[in-house]
Amino acid sequence: MAEPTSHHHPRVAAAAAADPALAELLARTPEVIAPGHTFESVTDSIGHLVLSKRTPIGWFFGFAIAFVLLMILNVTIAKLLLTGIGIWGNNVPVGWAFDIINFVWWIGIGHAGTLISAILLLFRQGWRTSINRFAEAMTLFAVACAAMFPLLHTGRPWLAIYWLFPYPSTMGVWPQFRSPLMWDVFAVSTYGTVSALFWFTGLVPDMATLRDRAKSRTAQVIFGMLSLGWRGSARHWHRYEIAYLLLAGISTPLVLSVHSVVSFDFAVSVLPGWHTTIFPPYFVAGAIYSGFAMVMTLAIPLRKFYDLEGFITMRHIHNMTKIMLVTGMIVAYGYTNEAFFAWFSGNKYEEFMMYNRMAGPYMVFYWALISINVVMIQLFWFRSVRDNLPLLFILSLLVNVGMWLERFVIIVMSLHRDFLPSSWDMYAPTRWDFGMFLGTIGLFLALFFLFIRFLPAIAIFEVRTMVPQAKLNAEHHG
Amino acid sequence: MAHEEIAPTIYGLMAEFETPDALVAATTKARLAGYRRMDAYSPIPIEELSEALGLPRTRLPKLVFLGGLLGGLGGYSLEYYCAAIGYPLNIGGRPLHSWPQFIPVTFETTVLGAALCCFVGMWALNKLPQPYHPVFNVPAFARASTDRFFLCIEASDPAFKPDATRQFLEGLHPLGVSEVAP
Repeated sequence: MAEPTSHHHPRVAAAAAADPALAELLARTPEVIAPGHTFESVTDSIGHLVLSKRTPIGWFFGFAIAFVLLMILNVTIAKLLLTGIGIWGNNVPVGWAFDIINFVWWIGIGHAGTLISAILLLFRQGWRTSINRFAEAMTLFAVACAAMFPLLHTGRPWLAIYWLFPYPSTMGVWPQFRSPLMWDVFAVSTYGTVSALFWFTGLVPDMATLRDRAKSRTAQVIFGMLSLGWRGSARHWHRYEIAYLLLAGISTPLVLSVHSVVSFDFAVSVLPGWHTTIFPPYFVAGAIYSGFAMVMTLAIPLRKFYDLEGFITMRHIHNMTKIMLVTGMIVAYGYTNEAFFAWFSGNKYEEFMMYNRMAGPYMVFYWALISINVVMIQLFWFRSVRDNLPLLFILSLLVNVGMWLERFVIIVMSLHRDFLPSSWDMYAPTRWDFGMFLGTIGLFLALFFLFIRFLPAIAIFEVRTMVPQAKLNAEHHG
Repeated sequence: MAHEEIAPTIYGLMAEFETPDALVAATTKARLAGYRRMDAYSPIPIEELSEALGLPRTRLPKLVFLGGLLGGLGGYSLEYYCAAIGYPLNIGGRPLHSWPQFIPVTFETTVLGAALCCFVGMWALNKLPQPYHPVFNVPAFARASTDRFFLCIEASDPAFKPDATRQFLEGLHPLGVSEVAP
């Protein structure tokens, strides 16, 4: 009995000793870290990815694809700045389309990183340790991609400075703080800043490790500077741990606020399909749902190609799938709620909005969304599905497609059928819309490839605390 | 008096241990033996070391609270200035000081103030970045960021005596004791 439960909390182990059913369940639960790891082996297997002189050939292949997409982004932005946003497909009445869909999609993806690094830390979820670093990197890169859309959809981003940032200009004009779009500027920029601070703070002790293990002088100097002279002093760790917890505590309400504020962009308006109180929680759940799908999309190939199966174990995969199932069901509840209130409100505009979603010209997208986010995710109930990595990879990609469709359904379908039938119109994206979208995927992937090559993708010092060596033996004290 | 002549030539004496347990035990014993100017170094955070070293509570949480407070007040004042003084817009006769609309940004600036204060405050209190520190002169210390645990008693400690302190450290069964060049 003691053996399979050894890596569990003492109280859990005690309960398992009394209850054979629980003990059997625990024995079937995969470990958070593969057995047999030591401080040295952990440091080596993760540090090696960065310090090794050899770059895997697959890395060049992946980076090349990302780089091509990134160049598409550059061309699209150049074209956009030279011509104006007329190159996009959105036009009255659909004034918001790919730009906002993609903004919400990317910012939502970022949320899982903060959930893993901050919320799961506060809830003492030990398994977060080996996935938090690259999930946080994912957050930063996703926020960078997201921020590009609202900035560029102004058409003249250099003018956006005085529309969005309060500074004393000679025109005497100040931004309008009663607009949710201003709240968005503050929420997203705060989110990006705090995520970067949190991420860098976590990196410092690992930079010191790489500094001490690097063989080349250049690497020693670069990691030496990034490590800020970290020496592992107990006095430093003491403040460091408190700062880390405080940052987690600060990030927790922040991440919940960011997607709430994003949802206010819609909910504060009076458009049918947008003007609902369910939006903030429903958006936050959707963000975490899509974010975990992206973490999964990245984790499954990462652990395979970099031999990280001992750190990102089946336990992580199972737990992430379960979180996707829970948040996906909250999102499904949101869809039900929208449909119910459209009927229950007795408001004919609301009723028509729902009818238009289900049977209007874009109904294919609505039903595709329902089949993914409501029907397909029920597969996550099955253990055999949670164990099947290729299938999970495909399902995670589909979840991200589903969440993209959700934003399409909300944004375009509410706009294209205006209150006045005379202004009804259809929306179709142009090649520049797709260029911009694919381009940000390229930016995201390119940054991610650079990240896994040049920085430790797993938090080395945090994983070190999980190996048996790190456990203090009470009788040695005093 | 001997230590005063020695003090300028070495920074301190450093003992190397293999396990976190040994480091905590050694630190506790060193404190009981009357040493105060010392520090423990480890590749992982060890809560018990703070107690063993008798570290005082850090001021960081108070600083973070202050940062949050300033951030919140600053954000709200900015909004009030923009909406009511700098650029007042009469929208259907609604009040210029429409405080409920100011809450989201006030919240975000509170978070920003607290987080910046936490980040800057933690590094500043730790006196980092620091380009040079004597402990790095010990070759074995390169493993302090991987799998070894160190206790360094500094020569500036009033109880520090080169021979006696070395004997004391060797009595703790370390892997080795080395002098730390200043």
